[in-house]
Amino acid sequence: MYSLSGEAEGGAPETTINTGVGDDPVKLSVRNLNFFYGDKQALFNNTLDIAANRVTAFIGPSGCGKSTHIRTYNRMYSLYKGFRAEGEIIMDGINVLDPKVPALKLRHQIGMIFQKPTPFPMSVMDNIAYGLRLHNSFSDSEIEGRVEKALRDSALWNEVESKLHQPGTALSGGQQQRLCIARALAIEPKVILMDEPCSALDPIATGKIEELIDEMKYRFTIVIVTHNMQQAARVSDYTAYMYLGKLIEFGLTSDIFTNPGSKQTEDYISGRFG
Amino acid sequence: MNDSKQNLWGDLVFRGLTATFAAGIALLFIALLAELWHESRPAIDQFGFSFLTSHEWNPVTVKFGALIPIVGTLVSTILALLFAVPLSLGIALFLAELAPHWLRAPFGTAIELLAAIPSIVYGMWGLFVLSPLLADHVQPWLQKFSGGLPFFAGPTMGIGMLTAGLVLTLMIIPFIASVSRDVFLMVPTHLKEAAYGMGCTTWEVVRDIMIPYGKKGIAGAVFLGMGRALGETMAVTFVIGNAYHLSWSLFAPGNSIASTLANEFTEADGTVYLASLIELGLVLFLITFIVLGLAQIWLRKGQSGGGR
Amino acid sequence: MNIIFRRRVVNSLVLGLSGLAAAFGLFMLTWILGDVAIKGAGAINWQFFTELPAPPGMEGGGLANAIVGTLLMTGTAALIAVPFGVLAGTYLAEFGYNTVLGRIARFISDILVSAPSIVIGVFVYLVMVKPMHNFSGWAGACSLAIIMLPVVSRTTEEMLKLVAPEMREAALALGAPYWKMMTGVIYRAASTGIFTGVILAVARVAGETAPLLFTALNSPYWMHSMNEPMANLTVVLFNYAMSPYDDWHRLAWGAALLITMAVLVLNILTRLLLSRKRRTS
Repeated sequence: MYSLSGEAEGGAPETTINTGVGDDPVKLSVRNLNFFYGDKQALFNNTLDIAANRVTAFIGPSGCGKSTHIRTYNRMYSLYKGFRAEGEIIMDGINVLDPKVPALKLRHQIGMIFQKPTPFPMSVMDNIAYGLRLHNSFSDSEIEGRVEKALRDSALWNEVESKLHQPGTALSGGQQQRLCIARALAIEPKVILMDEPCSALDPIATGKIEELIDEMKYRFTIVIVTHNMQQAARVSDYTAYMYLGKLIEFGLTSDIFTNPGSKQTEDYISGRFG
Repeated sequence: MNDSKQNLWGDLVFRGLTATFAAGIALLFIALLAELWHESRPAIDQFGFSFLTSHEWNPVTVKFGALIPIVGTLVSTILALLFAVPLSLGIALFLAELAPHWLRAPFGTAIELLAAIPSIVYGMWGLFVLSPLLADHVQPWLQKFSGGLPFFAGPTMGIGMLTAGLVLTLMIIPFIASVSRDVFLMVPTHLKEAAYGMGCTTWEVVRDIMIPYGKKGIAGAVFLGMGRALGETMAVTFVIGNAYHLSWSLFAPGNSIASTLANEFTEADGTVYLASLIELGLVLFLITFIVLGLAQIWLRKGQSGGGR
Repeated sequence: MNIIFRRRVVNSLVLGLSGLAAAFGLFMLTWILGDVAIKGAGAINWQFFTELPAPPGMEGGGLANAIVGTLLMTGTAALIAVPFGVLAGTYLAEFGYNTVLGRIARFISDILVSAPSIVIGVFVYLVMVKPMHNFSGWAGACSLAIIMLPVVSRTTEEMLKLVAPEMREAALALGAPYWKMMTGVIYRAASTGIFTGVILAVARVAGETAPLLFTALNSPYWMHSMNEPMANLTVVLFNYAMSPYDDWHRLAWGAALLITMAVLVLNILTRLLLSRKRRTS
């Protein structure tokens, strides 16, 4: 067990408790990640490892920076003017934040699911084939095969097999979100980022997606942001607790929820604030 | 690697293409101004500033002055605003606060359809339906009732400045009304509820809360209507009478800049005549640009959180 | 008690006036549309749509060439203005929300929307008709296009802004380059709205007269090319209505009815399209 001491704004020393990922191989190494919206700093020296083929959850009160943090992994912030990131995120030996690394290649390997299901205005089949057609020139039969596989992997095949040519918007909310997951899976990324994927869904749809996450992790590395602590406890192997842009504690989910090292973490988890 | 290079180019081309066309709009505007200015030089050089103050308009002696058309444009517009603003605000109030909910959408659509009617139809209706009505019934009555006021003097022909003003009123009511309605609808509910909660009547909420809150937006709406009225051609040309005549009477025929252009542009021979007409167009364009520009500024301020 | 009574009276008075204003608006709409319908219906017959205008003073004839001319020029204007306007509107929505170019273009667009159309006619006369030494359908179409342009541009901008930012991010997250995201996903999502904007712009110029007065002029004959004066409903209306012939007045009302119907139908169509879109999204 080791602690990192850092200086917070205003000079008071702050301690991050980071128990690391033990023997698990590391997929993403985040080192000293700082993030700025124009002049305003949103992330302060975040450092942690994301374990391969595991689920890592980010929890914390609203505005703590967890979404901002994971959105740096696929450089989604480059869409907006005035946002910039400093530090390193190493994946397979390459620094993802380096502007010389083309964003398109990056996003091929890091997929993202958003809070609001966003089916594209086209048929179910075309939705899932969209990513495939972007990066490859597969034949039609090859595409059909891959679409079916992606739909089976998202536990959606049985429900939409007969609806492949209907518009994506014709599905229910939970189905639409699984459609978005299938769409991301189709291009076979290595890492999947999920930003509060269930917050717009009812409990049954949420349950189905949590089951899916449990199966998916054997083939992908999953990072999930959630404001629902019970969900984090259910699905994740590792948990990171963030507050006001700083990483307060990181470690095995079982440790964090039963025996948190930091008092701040304990207060949040037991509902004393947030 | 090739794939991403091509895509990078694609993005640059896309951005450049769209930016070019956006710039094209700005360039079009500049070209408009430049061309009008350039082609009115013969008249500007010859008449100078007196162009704006002279009421002579004589193609034979080649002496031109813009006073009559300018006055005609301004008077018809001011008349139209006098009638249209209270009516439009009344309609906007009705649509925003008073009408029962089931009536609001269809009625709002009806008002917006008034805006869709082409101006030439308004002009024709003004000539064939409104003028005879005014000539036979309204104007004589006005003359008698006002006991000889100079505003209502002269032969009651039905066409003239008053008719033009009335037709313009009908044309700009839908613009002022629908924009004002939108302004009223944007007043935060909690402000209104606070006032109602204190026991204010509906009118008091409108007078003391909604109008002050939306005053920039309403000013914008009025100026928008004004801009439209200033530039309106067809509705006015039919009924204004096409006469080079300055008079106090609203019954007298006159001319506006737009109707002068409509009637004389294709007949104009001689460089100075044509240039004078073009200079008239330039004056109109500049006046409407200022009015519409102010309208835009006020409307934007009115939208970003209340007129204060 | 007296004060409260007075306040309530004033209130009722004002509300009554407001209701009267609304009734007035409705009354005028009915009156004008009614007059156009009644007076114009008499002129609408098979002849109207198929025959050329008769010489002055003679009875009969139709406005077939004017109908075709209006359709041709409006169609050409749309072909020019739509790509121009959609691309400009795309810049305003995607890249120009705070750039200098964006702010200028948006401001100018908003002004041009209400600018005097006769001045635009003068402009096109100066840059097209004078150098070409003839009036033409092309010049008419160009002046209509200039009027359509800011309408298409601003509606495109508004409709693109309505598309959820998550949809853009989802496409980008899959590795799409920006331009593919726009053409493959975002334009499709905003297509109903943009189409509506185009229809509104068309409805707007279908009834315009002033810009055609010195560009396309008018013609009593069938057109052979776009490079000659071209008959059109609005200028014909103007000429006929101001003429002393009763029969020409009759035709003018017919033209007024036709134009008004076309414009109203287009406007109602856009409302239906937009409300259907709102219900499914």
